[in-house]
Amino acid sequence: MRPFAYVKAADVDEAVRAATGPGVKFLGGGTNLVDLMREGIERPDTVVDVTGLPFDTIEELPSGGLRIGALVRNSALAADARVRTRYPMVSQALLSGASAQLRNMATVGGNLLQRTRCPYFYDHASACNKREPGAGCDALGGFNRSTAILGVSEHCIAAHPSDLCVALAALDAIVEVRGQDGTRRVPMADFHRLPGDTPDIETALAPGELVTAVELPPAPAAANSRYRKVRDRASYAFALVSVAAALEVRDGAITDVRLALGGVAPKPWRATEAERLLLGGPADEGAFRRAAEAELASATTRDGNAFKARLAVATITATLRELGGTAR
Amino acid sequence: MSIKYAETEPRTGTTEKYVGQAIDRVDGPAKTTGEARYAAEYPYPGLAYAALVHATIPHGRITGIDTAEALAVRGVIDVLTHQNTRPMKPAPKVSFLDLSTLVAGTSVNYLATDEVLWNGQPVAVVVAETPETARYAASLVRPSYEELPAAVDLAAEQGNAVPQKGNLISEAEATKGDAPAALAAAPYKVDLTFTTPPHNHNAIEPHATTAVWDGDRLTVHEATQNITWTRKHLAQRFEVPERNVRVLSPYVGGGFGGKGSVWAGTLLAVLAARATGRPVRLALTREGVYHTVGGRTGSIQRVALGAGADGKLTAVLHTTVSRTGRSGGNGEPITAGTRHLYAAPNIHLRQSTVRLDLLANTFMRAPGESIGTFALESAVDELAWELGLDPVELRLLNEPDRDPVGGQRLAHRRLREAYALGAERFGWRERDPRAGAMRDGRWLVGMGVATAYHPSLRMPANVTIRLNADGTAVVRCGLQEMGMGTATVLGQMAADELGVPLASVRVEYGDSDLPVAPGAGGSTQTASAAAGVQDAAAKLKRTLLGLVRRSPGSPLRGRKPDEVEARDGGLYAGAAGQTYAEILAAAGRDHVEVESKAGMLGFMARTLRERRRWVRAATGAQFCEVRVDPDTMEVRVSRWLGVFDVGTVINARTAASQLRGGIVMGIGMALSEQTLIDHRNGRIMNASLAEYHVPVHADIPRIDVHCLNEPDSGMPLGLRGVGEVSITGAAAAVANAVRHATGKRVLDLPITLDKLL
Amino acid sequence: MTEIRMKVNGSVESLDVEPWVSLLDALRERLGLTGPKKGCDQGACGACTVLADGVRINACLALAVQYDGREITTIEGVTHPLQEAFVRNDGLQCGYCTPGQLCSAIGMLAEYEAGMPSAVTGSHGLDDAEIRERMSGNLCRCGAYNGIVDAIKEVSG
Repeated sequence: MRPFAYVKAADVDEAVRAATGPGVKFLGGGTNLVDLMREGIERPDTVVDVTGLPFDTIEELPSGGLRIGALVRNSALAADARVRTRYPMVSQALLSGASAQLRNMATVGGNLLQRTRCPYFYDHASACNKREPGAGCDALGGFNRSTAILGVSEHCIAAHPSDLCVALAALDAIVEVRGQDGTRRVPMADFHRLPGDTPDIETALAPGELVTAVELPPAPAAANSRYRKVRDRASYAFALVSVAAALEVRDGAITDVRLALGGVAPKPWRATEAERLLLGGPADEGAFRRAAEAELASATTRDGNAFKARLAVATITATLRELGGTAR
Repeated sequence: MSIKYAETEPRTGTTEKYVGQAIDRVDGPAKTTGEARYAAEYPYPGLAYAALVHATIPHGRITGIDTAEALAVRGVIDVLTHQNTRPMKPAPKVSFLDLSTLVAGTSVNYLATDEVLWNGQPVAVVVAETPETARYAASLVRPSYEELPAAVDLAAEQGNAVPQKGNLISEAEATKGDAPAALAAAPYKVDLTFTTPPHNHNAIEPHATTAVWDGDRLTVHEATQNITWTRKHLAQRFEVPERNVRVLSPYVGGGFGGKGSVWAGTLLAVLAARATGRPVRLALTREGVYHTVGGRTGSIQRVALGAGADGKLTAVLHTTVSRTGRSGGNGEPITAGTRHLYAAPNIHLRQSTVRLDLLANTFMRAPGESIGTFALESAVDELAWELGLDPVELRLLNEPDRDPVGGQRLAHRRLREAYALGAERFGWRERDPRAGAMRDGRWLVGMGVATAYHPSLRMPANVTIRLNADGTAVVRCGLQEMGMGTATVLGQMAADELGVPLASVRVEYGDSDLPVAPGAGGSTQTASAAAGVQDAAAKLKRTLLGLVRRSPGSPLRGRKPDEVEARDGGLYAGAAGQTYAEILAAAGRDHVEVESKAGMLGFMARTLRERRRWVRAATGAQFCEVRVDPDTMEVRVSRWLGVFDVGTVINARTAASQLRGGIVMGIGMALSEQTLIDHRNGRIMNASLAEYHVPVHADIPRIDVHCLNEPDSGMPLGLRGVGEVSITGAAAAVANAVRHATGKRVLDLPITLDKLL
Repeated sequence: MTEIRMKVNGSVESLDVEPWVSLLDALRERLGLTGPKKGCDQGACGACTVLADGVRINACLALAVQYDGREITTIEGVTHPLQEAFVRNDGLQCGYCTPGQLCSAIGMLAEYEAGMPSAVTGSHGLDDAEIRERMSGNLCRCGAYNGIVDAIKEVSG
């Protein structure tokens, strides 16, 4: 990888100070950044190691939610008893991602900043607007089985690879960000950006801003939640389609529903249209399927990924059906 | 490599044999402690590290290479290109008189040409003080090209395919009767076109070479399946006597055919060492393996079967198109299983190949048969659906008595027994014959079968046995060990032949200074070694009987070899005899050494003569059960049984492991594996273990394997190689189970869920 | 160059590394510990698995500088009943993934003991499905998966 200066930040102020100017990357678990640096896709001048910062705890919030430090390892978050009881989809999403070794290394903050697995993004010989703005997109006419069908643009169809973020999107998580000017809170829905004509800009983070925590607001419905991941192997593969869903049913009517999709969009995709259709309605197979179809109606598919619309409908329907069986 | 067996294997009495036992693999302790060293793990003072620069066009000429930026990186020793490097000799022309000429992976003379023949061809080598520096600097080398037209898409080019030529051991065509007419007239028929994608071996050890020159002597630590031919090839390319080259390969981190040839990395490591005067290590990146080591060809296969209402086949047609590369590669015996498996009066087989602007294809576990049996055995299954017959019954109905094409006798064929036993053990009778009728909770359940078939061959292997005065023995044979259990079975066979405890035997292998043995390929190693060990042991007995002629008190004096048995650490005629220690002591010798030497030409003549009379193969019946998610159509293999006829099993443990390994690879082939080659530019787009999906732990259920374990009297010790047979038929068994579970016949591998939705 | 100190297999090692040197390359090329293997160098195969303070990680995606002051265990520093169990159950063929499988299995057993869940955790204890899911970060191309599961069961049961 390209030589760089290494700084181990002693406190958050030092980390943020060290990150002024271009060419700086924060390093957490390294599971994505080190790979991208070795591949020459990320070429920072300075790497600021933030793993010494005290952001590795999970705290109760007065609201009844949880505040998760950005440096909490994926495996620790997945194993947390509060998370498993109150937000099972979060634990399941984490456990369906990568491998145990990688989960032991990877951090929550890093997970939010994972970059796409589109093969053309990884290959220097291919054109990729995300890697090299203006270069074009070889995925459009190439292998695009793994790519996105919702929220895409003619400049980029790369899918967001995270599992955790899908659950966070469903739960209206808040990302806490620290920059030169202090701390700000970014709703999950606004944290990741759609590609438009600037697919290289993936998040709402300003240069030098550091993710310090993620807040999970209280969500009683999330106690009955599930993360369902469909992929080409039984384990250790990225999602073709994934669904994070929570369902609350009272007297036969849906009183709360959370639904987000992975593998189908350039960002964790909150299925707001489907949620709108479901809320207040019956918790039955027909309703689930109709809502799923409505959500996917805006899909822009290509030869390789056309199946994802059908698969997403099937997976949403199956996941909600399962949750309907266990809903209060 | 020299390895000694543990003292933990008791051996008493005279009847117990090591052959057939489930003995722990002898190199297990070295491999579970980290002691085992692989090719990239030999330190040398002054070692430099090399990294490759790969072309990014499929066909063209290099018009310039800008190396300035790379050379400016601190720690870079040199950047070698075709403009500044003393060339190697070109690869010798392929000749069947010298089979070692087959070992060149491609015809390209790396760094001696401006020609680019595939996307990924190495065009420069960076040598640096650290591996990180070499790899980074390689990314800074900027070649420029003049691009030429390229044909890289098998489907688009299939019209340009030409009939493949057969060779001494594998025919490419057959015509018997009038298959098209019989097909047209058949009351029941299937006519299907299958496609299989390219595959890559993905041994977990990427190819690596550590090359050290000392004057005109060369030592190479190499990840290879073929030390002997690698030595000869390197001697030719670098113009030094063969005896000056030593290839060491005691441990190989998986090969599966991918390490059977000499590829760019090996040559360029040796070249870089010569150019820089430093010992050089070149460990390929995973992507580099994809770009420089060939894989399995993709294929397009038509299988058409006609049958009467009685289920008897009347017509069998199997025509195939596969590809080679502009720089080499070979057609594969895709129809080999079809030639030998089913009795039919009308048969037509034809294999064709088209040359593409891709890296040469190469051997990958059961080249040809693996993908050919997918098509054939899927079609047979589909015919069973047409006929409303049980697929096991249909196969048994058409089991031939003689070879369907050549009419030769079938040597020791036990497919009927394999199916009978397999059906019983697998619970085949529980199978509801209707599609989609079996469920386990919400899962759809399907059961499928397919036949496994792989020819049984052997090659000549030289073996020396040194018997020491203390009764211990050293067996030397230039075999390769890459996980098959070679070292373990070599010792077992030798201990039995010599009648000594296994712990008294030391085996040496994986070093080109040892007696010449075949490379690991074609499932031939163990049978080849068995013949050599038997012959050497017989020679040793004659030598020892010669020694005792001068020992007046010896009870063996005057005995003929066939009156004498090797057992209990000595030679015995009935109850009378002497230990080896006694024989050597009486003769005043501290050791005796004998060598078995097999001549290649005589061996080939015998093999060809035999092939005219017999058809010999390892076969098996593969039983697979799948579960399919009815919502998402994810397929999971839930149960497996393979019953194999592989003759004598030498080591029940390592043989079972090898058979399981082939099935695991077959499951990958069925469900997830494919190399994605961009049709626009021939570039491999999933050159990584993250995106080329080999099966993981969670994909693999308990796999039962059972061997009939009856000796094949025509093979040494009655054994047939087990390295490849179990991948054959495996993908079809999965496809047939999926057909049963879902009603859907998938003709295009892999069977990913999108094809079932 | 940054000077780092790690306790590797029980002995304190101090070495100068550039920040871009991975823990895997530091172990293999600087310390001569070639037990951890390089199969992909991108966290996709698990052959490089080592234990950092007893926790299994992929050494190829770890920068050595980040592990200053940590305790690293490679297969060379392992003495565990799993090693013999792997041999007895033939949970290996070529041996290249084996050090990673072993370190991973040791880490996995500790995780299981600590009550950490997996994607398939149910009420069945450490059964085949649990072991397979938890070990799925370690590829074995020879296909020795059955033997590995058997070895782990033998030792954990």
